Amino acid sequence: MNRRGLLIGATLASVLMTTAAFAATELSMWYHGAGNPVEREILAGIIADFNASQADWSIKLEEFPQGAYNDSVTAAALAGKLPDIIDVDGPNMPNWAWAGYMAPLELPAGTLDNFLPGPIGEWNGTLYSVGLWDAAVAMVARKSTLDEFGIRIPTVTEPWTGDEFNAALEKIKASGKYEYPLDLGMAWTGEWYPYAFSPFLQSFGGDIVDRTTYKTAEGALNGEAAVKFGEWWQHLFTDKLAPGTSQDPADRDSGFASGKYAISWNGNWAALGALTAFDDTLFLPAPDFGHGPKIGAASWQFGVSASSQHKDGATAFITFALQDKYLAAFSDAIGLIPPTPAAAAMSKNYKEGGPMAAFYELSKVQALVRPVTPGYVVEAKVFEKALADIANGAKVADTLDAAADEITADIEKNKGYGL
Amino acid sequence: MTVVSTSRPTALATSRISRSRLLDTPRAGWAMALPAFLLLTLFLIVPFVLAFVLSFTNQRLVSPNPTEFVGTSNFESLLGANILTLEPLRDEASGEVIRDDTGVPTYPPVRGFTRNNPDFPQYSGMRELFGWQMGDNRVVILARDVVFMRALGNTLLFVLIVAPGQGGLALLLALLINQKLKGVNVFRAIYFMPVVVSIVVVALLWRFIYDGQNGLLNSLLGLLTFGAFKPIDWLGQTGTALGSIIGMSIWQAVGFHMVIWLSGLQTIPISLYEAAHIDGANNWQKFRFVTWPGLRNTAVLVLIVITMQAFALFAQVNVMTDGGPLDATTTIVLQAVERGYVKQDIAGGSAVSVVLFLMVLTISLVQRYLTREKY
Repeated sequence: MNRRGLLIGATLASVLMTTAAFAATELSMWYHGAGNPVEREILAGIIADFNASQADWSIKLEEFPQGAYNDSVTAAALAGKLPDIIDVDGPNMPNWAWAGYMAPLELPAGTLDNFLPGPIGEWNGTLYSVGLWDAAVAMVARKSTLDEFGIRIPTVTEPWTGDEFNAALEKIKASGKYEYPLDLGMAWTGEWYPYAFSPFLQSFGGDIVDRTTYKTAEGALNGEAAVKFGEWWQHLFTDKLAPGTSQDPADRDSGFASGKYAISWNGNWAALGALTAFDDTLFLPAPDFGHGPKIGAASWQFGVSASSQHKDGATAFITFALQDKYLAAFSDAIGLIPPTPAAAAMSKNYKEGGPMAAFYELSKVQALVRPVTPGYVVEAKVFEKALADIANGAKVADTLDAAADEITADIEKNKGYGL
Repeated sequence: MTVVSTSRPTALATSRISRSRLLDTPRAGWAMALPAFLLLTLFLIVPFVLAFVLSFTNQRLVSPNPTEFVGTSNFESLLGANILTLEPLRDEASGEVIRDDTGVPTYPPVRGFTRNNPDFPQYSGMRELFGWQMGDNRVVILARDVVFMRALGNTLLFVLIVAPGQGGLALLLALLINQKLKGVNVFRAIYFMPVVVSIVVVALLWRFIYDGQNGLLNSLLGLLTFGAFKPIDWLGQTGTALGSIIGMSIWQAVGFHMVIWLSGLQTIPISLYEAAHIDGANNWQKFRFVTWPGLRNTAVLVLIVITMQAFALFAQVNVMTDGGPLDATTTIVLQAVERGYVKQDIAGGSAVSVVLFLMVLTISLVQRYLTREKY
C-alpha cells in the first residue's frame, strides 16, 4: 500500500470515528395515530424534547392509520423489519409478546409506582408496555332526566344494582319520550364490543375466558352467570330498551345530544361532546350486577421491539415520555385519562373538580383489563360475534356454548399459548 | 382396441410438433413472457400450492410454535355433520307425549346430547343446523361448524339466483339497446356505469339506500304507498339481508354482462334476420331460432363468468353486513378471510379456500359438460 492509500485510509477512519462519537444513533418509532394532527403535535414535541435532552439517541417517528397499524406490524415482523419502539393496543400486547415481537420493558425502579393499573402492560409477570393514558367508559346521562323519572343518582361507592338499572330503563321507556332509553353503541363494531360489554358479563360473574388458567372458556363464557348475562343482554333488544346491531353510526355519535337516547354507555373520548351538549351531563359508574361494577381498561401503549439493536435507547425514550407534564398534555389534547394522580392534577379535565374527574375515579376503582393472554385477539372476535348474535335473537345458551367451544379449541390449537 | 392403436401415433405426433415449436421459439419470446410467468407463479401458482399444503397443517398467522402436519383434521372440523333423532318428551305417569299449546310435541334440548354427554361421543361439540318433524319425532341435522355450513348455503343460494337472474337481465338490456335508435349510446353508458365504480363505493351507497329508518328505498316505498308502508330494516333482518345483497349485486354487474351479450348480438349476420323476415317469422320466432342459437358461445361464457364471480362474493358482504345478522349473509370467501386473517388461523382459512376451489372446479366441469358441442 502506498502513502496516498494510507492517507486516505486514515482520513476515512477518523471520519468514521468522529461520526460514531458525535452523531446520535437513530431509533425508529411507529405510531397508530396518522391523520390526527393534535396527537402528532404532542408526540413530536416529546420526541423533540428527548432528542435535545441527550446526544446518544435520535427518535424518528413513522405514523400509520389506526386501521392498518396492526397489519403493518405483523407484516414487518414477518419481514424482520420491526421498528425499535412499537405502539401497541393494550389487549394485543400479550399476543405480540408471545409471538416474539416485543422485548420485556426494563424501566427504572419506581417509575410506575403511582400509575393506574390499566396503562401497565404486564403479561406472565413481565412488563412489556406502558401507556401514557388510559380510557374509561361511563353511563352518560342528564341530571334533569334522572330527576324527572325519580331515578337515584348512583355513586362510585353505591352504583345502581342490576334491578335498579333495569327498572330505570323500563320507566324511561314507558314514558315514550325517547326513541330508546339506553344507547350501548352497537354501531361501533370491533374492539368496542369486548372493551365495553365484557365488563357487564364480568359483573354478572362470568368472563370471556377462565382467568385462573387461561386454558379454557368452558364455564366462564357459558356458565350459569354468563347465561344470565346473555338473557339480560337479549332482553335489552327484544324489549326495545336499546338499539341493536343495525344502529346508524350517526345516531351513535349524536343520538344522546339530540335527545334520541336518555342514557349512553360511552367512553371518555366522547365526554367533551356530551358536556358541551348539555350543562347537566353526568358521568355515572357502571351498574353492579352482583359481582361489583366493572369497566374496561388499557388503551394504546409503548414498548420495545424484540429485534431492536438499541433496547437501552428505546427504553430511555419511553421513560422520558412518562413525565407527568406529557401525560397531562395528552389528556388535555384528546381527553384521555392521565395515568398518575400528579398528571391528573395538572390536567384541565381530570383535576379535582374538573368536568371529567369522575372518569379518573372510575378507572381507579372499577377498571378490569381485558383477558391478558395471547389468545385475546381471537377471543375478542368470538365474543363480539356471540354478543351480536344474541342481540339479533340467537338462542343464548347455544350461542355461548359455541363461543366457549371456539375459544377453547383455539387455545388448544395454540398449545395453551405458552402457558 | 383399434381406437387406441390408431389414436396413439397421432397423439405422439402432435406432442412432438408442439415440443419442437416450443424449442424453436426465439429467446426473445421467452424473455418477453418471463415477467408474466414470474408474476403468475408468484401470485397464482405459489399461493395456490401453499393454500393446499397449509390446509393440512396447523399453521398460524402469528405464532412462535412450529408448524405441524395435522392430517385432515381441519377438513373434519369444517365438514363434520351428523343426524340426531329426538323422541318427544313423555309424561312419566301416562306415557303421553307432552304437547305445547299449539299441539306440537316438546323435545329434550339438543344441548343435552352435544355437550359433555359421554353416551353420545359422536355428537360432541356439534350444533343444530336445521331440523324437521317426522311423525312425533324430530330429526335434527347437526354440524360441527354451523357457521361454515351457513356460508356454504348462502353462497350456493346466491349463485343459484344471481347466475340466471343477472344473465337474463343482462340479455334483456342488451336486446333493448341493440336497436338503431337515437341516443342509444346514452343508455349503454348508463347501464354500464355501476360496473366502472368500485364495488366498495357501490356497497356503501347501497347501505344508505337500504337504511332501516330513512333510507332511500324505505322512503320511496313509503311515498308510493302514501305512507302505508312500514319501514323495513333491509340489512338488519335475517329474512331480507341476503335478498338485499343479491338485488344490489345483480344491479351492479349486470352492465358488464350486457356488453358481452351485445358483442354476441352484433356478430349475428343481419342477412339471417332478413331471411327470417321473408319467411314470415315473428319477433319471438326470430329470437328463438336466429338470435338464441347465434348467442350459444356467448351464453356459455356469460354463465361461467357469473358463476365464478358469484362464488367469490365478498366485498359487498364485508362492507354491508359483515356476514350478519345471525350469519344470514356470511359467505365462503368471507369465512376464509375471517378465519385466516382476523382469527389468525391460516390453516383453517386455507381449508375453506380448498373446499371452495373444489366446488368451483366441479361446477365448472359440470357446466362445460352440459354446454359441450353436441354432434
